[in-house]
Amino acid sequence: MKRAGAVALNTFREAVRDRVLYNLVFFALLMMAAAIFVGQISIGIEELVIKSLGLSAISVIGLLIAVFIGVGLVYKEMDKRTLYALLAKPVRRWEFLLGKFGGLVLTLAVNTVAMAAGLLAALVYVKQHLERTDTVLFVAIYFILLKLMLVVALALLFSCFSTPLLAILYTSAFYVAGLFVEEMRTFQFATPNPAASWLLRGLSYLLPNFENFNVMAAAAHGREIPGALILQNTAYAALYCIIVLLIAAAVFSRRNLK
Amino acid sequence: MAGATIEIENLTKDYPYGFLHLKKKRSLEGLTMQVEDGEVFGFLGPNGAGKSTTIKLLVGLIFPDAGTASILGKPITDIEMHRDIGYLPEQPYFYDYLTAAEVLDYFARFHDLTAADRSERVKRMLKKVGLETAGKIQLRKYSKGMLQRVGLAQAILHDPKVVILDEPMSGLDPIGRREVRDIILELKREGRTVLFSTHILSDAEMLCDRVGVIVGGKLRGVGAPGEIVGMKTQGMEILFELPASTATSTASANAAGILAKAAKTGDRYRLQVTEEELYAALEQLRSAGAKILSVTQVKATLEEYFMHLIEADRAQAAAVEVSGK
Amino acid sequence: MITPNSKTLVLLVLLVLGFTGVWRLQQGIDAQRAALHEERDELVLRSGKLLKAMSLEYTPLLADFYWTRVVQYYGDKRARHDLHFELLSPLLDLTTTLDPHLLVAYRFGSTFLSEPSPRGAGHPEQGIALLERGIQANPEYWRFYQDMGFIYYFELKDYAKASAAFEKGSEYPDSQIWMKVMAAKVAAEGESLSTSIFLWRQVYETTKDPQVKENALTHLQLLGVQEDCKQLDKLADEFQKRTGRRPTRVSELVQVGMLPQLPVDPMGYPYVFGPDGKAALNLNSPLLEQQLLHQNAK
Ligand SMILES: Nc1ncnc2c1ncn2[C@@H]1O[C@H](COP(=O)(O)OP(=O)(O)O)[C@@H](O)[C@H]1O
Ligand SMILES: [Mg+2]
Repeated sequence: MKRAGAVALNTFREAVRDRVLYNLVFFALLMMAAAIFVGQISIGIEELVIKSLGLSAISVIGLLIAVFIGVGLVYKEMDKRTLYALLAKPVRRWEFLLGKFGGLVLTLAVNTVAMAAGLLAALVYVKQHLERTDTVLFVAIYFILLKLMLVVALALLFSCFSTPLLAILYTSAFYVAGLFVEEMRTFQFATPNPAASWLLRGLSYLLPNFENFNVMAAAAHGREIPGALILQNTAYAALYCIIVLLIAAAVFSRRNLK
Repeated sequence: MAGATIEIENLTKDYPYGFLHLKKKRSLEGLTMQVEDGEVFGFLGPNGAGKSTTIKLLVGLIFPDAGTASILGKPITDIEMHRDIGYLPEQPYFYDYLTAAEVLDYFARFHDLTAADRSERVKRMLKKVGLETAGKIQLRKYSKGMLQRVGLAQAILHDPKVVILDEPMSGLDPIGRREVRDIILELKREGRTVLFSTHILSDAEMLCDRVGVIVGGKLRGVGAPGEIVGMKTQGMEILFELPASTATSTASANAAGILAKAAKTGDRYRLQVTEEELYAALEQLRSAGAKILSVTQVKATLEEYFMHLIEADRAQAAAVEVSGK
Repeated sequence: MITPNSKTLVLLVLLVLGFTGVWRLQQGIDAQRAALHEERDELVLRSGKLLKAMSLEYTPLLADFYWTRVVQYYGDKRARHDLHFELLSPLLDLTTTLDPHLLVAYRFGSTFLSEPSPRGAGHPEQGIALLERGIQANPEYWRFYQDMGFIYYFELKDYAKASAAFEKGSEYPDSQIWMKVMAAKVAAEGESLSTSIFLWRQVYETTKDPQVKENALTHLQLLGVQEDCKQLDKLADEFQKRTGRRPTRVSELVQVGMLPQLPVDPMGYPYVFGPDGKAALNLNSPLLEQQLLHQNAK
């Protein structure tokens, strides 16, 4: 665990030194611009616009980081051979993977928390005060973070056996498919073929369901989110990450480094 | 427990290639050898011989198709084995956003060291490999030779009992090579076992207690540098000058036969003879008025030896092909 | 000693367990989210023109995407017995704005916009408007007139306009001859059973869309039932003339030799005489529900 921690910290340090966190400047500018101009263009729904814009930006920026850095996590170390000296140390390959995963999740967490602060600041600027219903925002942001964790796990898995470009394709494919899981379930009414319908239904439960984590609309309207959903989504993300990391570890442990 | 520090038993590695990795290329075939405690063992072979393959198998970067190996009595699949080994990869590369000190500190974290111990060791290692002034510079600005030194530093940082170095001298200038040689000798003095690969004979000769020669994935021989590699003298070389006055004299006519065999560069002549012929040849030359400059032993170069082995392989392969028909 | 094989086995077991857990959790989450009452049908953009501008060179792809959503939306609502089709019209608008030549969208859309609940949105005027846009964008396609005449005939009961639409369509050189016949027949008789059956049969035989086909079949079966019941009522009158009383069972007609055997509806269930003495569907027949829904809608 200590060793995975060392890898994680180093991964975080790499992200920081590669100026990944600079995206926060972009986010801050976006929030500032929105806060200033929103009153002029959308009277009456300023709060709504700030919230949905902020949440969407947090999600999109997080996704970009998760995918683009995630797919290089293992591949880059193999390609540049930085991994060779490391794996000769008393570190297990799954510890390395766990560390890489943890490092990027840590990066994303720091990033997301910073963006959440920016969103709140913009909200305070527009509304002059905060209400109890605004806590739903934190749930939505927490869900985004859970979603990002799952994306990182997938990207890491693909990073173990394919080039970054392909890994980006695979990860995005899973992500998009994961957004349409519910459509897949209703689609069975349109496919008369029972085998296809059965297969789609099975898939719809096994694919990572990213729609689970989407409560942006509810959060923007300040509707309460049940505690059970928070617990279940946490368990879902954790379990799914474990599954994906397990597969990644199995793949990577058998892999010959070139 | 078996006595040898490194025990390699029938180690075999195939690399898949081609469409869907269906074909396989054998890179290492049934390697069996031992490295004894406290010795410096040179792994000699031309490029593509399978040296790196063997070393990567030993440190667990790749997995064998057959055979086993153990280091310090622990099988190479055992993670504990890694506590006591240090490894320098071939053409090492490290995180280029880190400084040398940071990279060493990072690697030190994988061994059970206290923070104080870590920073002390990092300093000591940087000094040892001659990077104490460059420790605060990001590795992206390092030259190949400097990276090699960082690699060496991380390999010995944790006082490993066994040090495995893949081509430690390549990419270094003569001074660098010398420093690496000194470090290896120091490791030996400290009682550590060193296995290093090289394709340069003189490095092996100077440092090794024993060498193993590997060509085409097969071990061709193990022994002290003097015994192996066909490094026995192949004859003697006489370097001499012939004064211009005597060059055309009748005396030189006596030596005409011998002169025809000699090669001329500038004013000087080189002549190769067998040991038995040496004294007769010297006598002849002296009588012809030649001035003898030196007499030295001639050894086959490693390249010649490798070429010889490779050609033998080819001949054998051809023979097998013919007999197979 | 852990061999690679036993490791693989352990991994497989863990994966099966893991995915079982995922499956269970997903069901819990689905329940929670359903309770959240999130209207997932929410259309972010209702302006087809804006969408078209934003879709860059991928407009046709986007049109196909929306067309798929139309079909799914309809199928999903039907499956859930949800009778509110309020997004059908905007979705169709988006689809046909993105791709004005998607003929199937107009035909499918006009049918289900016009059909009364529960089969459709019950807005024949929207169906007509959609078809008019379709004709404008695809003036060479005569079948839109068939569909238009259809809506006027069945839903709006405007036989003059229905006849006019059939007439207009029949002027196309590639249109089928029956269009002209229908124009005359509808103008002369208004609604008649034979016309209705003929029109639905046309739909049934020419459509490729499974939902449209199924819908047409139901209509044809109900029309068949209507026809059968009319005949049975006539026979019952005959029976009353002969015996002085109304038959209470259809089998009585068979016994006296007025029918060779028990007549059955298109689903194979024998007809019965209702308490009012009129022929009706068997209470067990699945067509009964359709018939009731249909009558309610009228
Ligand atoms: N990743 C690889 N994939 C395919 N073949 C390889 C790979 N690595 C090495 N080989 C082949 O294995 C043989 C031995 O290579 P290597 O052990 O690197 O030789 P060297 O003695 O120069 O270190 C070579 O013929 C090389 O082509
Ligand atoms: Mg090599």
